[in-house]
Amino acid sequence: MLLRERKLTRSRSLICHAVGIGLLILSTAYAAGAPDSRDRNIKDPVIGSEPGVLTYAPDIPAPITRNHATKVVIHLEVKEVESRLADGVSYTFWTFGGKVPGKFIRVREGDLVEFHLDNHPDNKMPHNIDLHAVIGQGGGAASSLTAPGHSSVFSFKALVPGLYVYHCATAPVAMHVGNGMYGLIYVQPRKPLPVVTHEYYVMQGDFYTKGGNGEQGLQPFSMEKALAEKPEYVVFNGAVGSLTGANALQAKVGDTIRLFVGNGGPNLTSSFHVIGEIFDTVWPEGNTSAPTHNVQTTMIPAGGAAIVEFKINVPGTFLIVDHSLERAFNRGALAQIKATGPENKLVYSGKISDEIYLPEGTGIRVVEQPSNAPPPAATAAERVKLGEIVFKTNCMACHQENGKGIPGSFPPLAQSDFLNANKTRAIKTVIGGKEGPLTVNGEKYDGAMPAWTLSDEEIANVLSYAYGSWGNSGKEVTPSDVKAARAELPTPAH
Amino acid sequence: MRFFFVLAFALVCGGAADSGMVRLPAGSYTPFYARESTRISTPSSRTVTVGAFALDRFPVTNAQFLVFVASHPEWRKSRVKPIFADAHYLARWPGDLELRDGDAGRPVTNVSWFAAEAYCNAQHESLPTTDQWEYALADGDRARVSLRQQILSWYGRPNSQDLPAVQSATANGYGVRGLVGLVWEWTLDFNSMMSGQDLRASGARFCGGASIGAADASDYASFMRHAMRESLKAAYTTSNLGFRCASNSP
Repeated sequence: MLLRERKLTRSRSLICHAVGIGLLILSTAYAAGAPDSRDRNIKDPVIGSEPGVLTYAPDIPAPITRNHATKVVIHLEVKEVESRLADGVSYTFWTFGGKVPGKFIRVREGDLVEFHLDNHPDNKMPHNIDLHAVIGQGGGAASSLTAPGHSSVFSFKALVPGLYVYHCATAPVAMHVGNGMYGLIYVQPRKPLPVVTHEYYVMQGDFYTKGGNGEQGLQPFSMEKALAEKPEYVVFNGAVGSLTGANALQAKVGDTIRLFVGNGGPNLTSSFHVIGEIFDTVWPEGNTSAPTHNVQTTMIPAGGAAIVEFKINVPGTFLIVDHSLERAFNRGALAQIKATGPENKLVYSGKISDEIYLPEGTGIRVVEQPSNAPPPAATAAERVKLGEIVFKTNCMACHQENGKGIPGSFPPLAQSDFLNANKTRAIKTVIGGKEGPLTVNGEKYDGAMPAWTLSDEEIANVLSYAYGSWGNSGKEVTPSDVKAARAELPTPAH
Repeated sequence: MRFFFVLAFALVCGGAADSGMVRLPAGSYTPFYARESTRISTPSSRTVTVGAFALDRFPVTNAQFLVFVASHPEWRKSRVKPIFADAHYLARWPGDLELRDGDAGRPVTNVSWFAAEAYCNAQHESLPTTDQWEYALADGDRARVSLRQQILSWYGRPNSQDLPAVQSATANGYGVRGLVGLVWEWTLDFNSMMSGQDLRASGARFCGGASIGAADASDYASFMRHAMRESLKAAYTTSNLGFRCASNSP
């Protein structure tokens, strides 16, 4: 009896303990990012001084290891520069540091930041800076309007930890931001996030060019498209392909990757997603005090940020996209993480087999709706014309309307050495699909094209269209060519 | 020797560039930001009347400014007082009385407001007021849409090392040339619109706040001119900022 009572008492005290610890955890969590961080960081003494370390994307300055606040002196130079937006397309970017996005700034909570905004003498425009990490009028903009050839200085205390966007706020603000004037500042929490293998800097932005997507040459800013919020380009890190192919982010199986992601806008909200991965941890909206777990797609508003983290379990090319997909497919919002290392067939098998699927009660469907098929082409010109329809329905999404594909992801058909060299190979590629490494016009690709269940007539038409367009050889492909090539292919196994 | 050559050249070319002034009739226009006294919500009541005045047909060229500096040594690079011009004053000029090849007919830049006003005063003229300058640019609303596009495309163009000669600029309806497409231009009261009481009363003119009180929030070109003027102080000089003079006498 006595023994039992004691047991009870102990278990009650255990429960009380558990609740107490729970409360303690809660209150610590609250303290880590709660409003009282402001008061504590105002009081946090500033010891010593050091120059700020700033990096260009995709690099991030090393984690800060000091355990006290200091004065950090930062110089950021505004430069108006002409540079590449897409292949053959250039644009006059307005930048913080010479590139888009602007240089990454890392400080510690409690730090006193002395900020020098330097406007290069060759610039035409006055500029300023609004850092979302700043508490004060204009986030710094009220104190930093700077004429070309001048430099403004102001200071602020980093009161609240988190990942923040900074941007130019000079009128017309949407044009300054639309020309690339944004970047990220990370106010590292007093207790830093755990060390990971790679930290990378990725920032999305929308661009409004006078010419349509892909139109060559130096493209001026289009005020009309900006006002209508209809961008021609949506890109990561300032240009189409800035993080694809040879520029892809690198990783190995077993690595943990942390992306510091910002969205400069000026207008679009990003549906940020990495294809074939799940974010183990997301710090939504850049709020380091409230992580969440197991996220597929995280929303990043214009003028907002997020930190996402995931472990690489299997090798492969993982595509970073804005999952508002037209932007990824047609406007450039595509980046890559290339992960190397041993396969893990248990986690992901790869393709095991490809068999004919026969739903119950149906025969083999060779071509759908033959009654709707257009009449056979009578002339070569008609063939090209009919082929254009087939192209737009089936091929354009990847190879693009201009036949140029998407660098690093989908090979070009326009002036393609692969296409022009061998007609029969081209036919077989459409019939049977293609997978694995491929070099087109000197650039390497490693993707897949599905096999197409198109009729001989349709394949003849679409290839004649491809050969007859974009400066290609102009060969005609006839249905009998397709038939002959089909005969050479092995019959699929049943 | 070189000085005399340059000066003689400047006088000849300066003379050619200086096709005098254009007379603009009295009229009215709608300023981008209403003045405190006229800040009323309806657009029609925001209009400002501008009396007849004369305005230089072209921006002032390097050659013309050289003539001025020659006779006003206190405005030479080596002698100008720092409170009247910053360290970039006449940065393109190799010496006190020397120009780079090809610069004679180009607009003078890297001049402070003090220097520009002194130049105009020496011609018994003055810098145009912002109202006069904007009234000349508005051009009686003759080609508003194409004008805005011209302005935006200039602002968006990368900076070439060399500016075009003033003679290359096209004329607007009044016959004034090069108000856009060459350089920013000083106005007499460049700092009266944005700073001081007006700014404090209306909230800040940055980010979204800039659109409060603007005549037309889609007129990006005007925002840029106003932001530029706001960023300046009278001693500042920049490589894209020049001026022209105006006269109120009949």
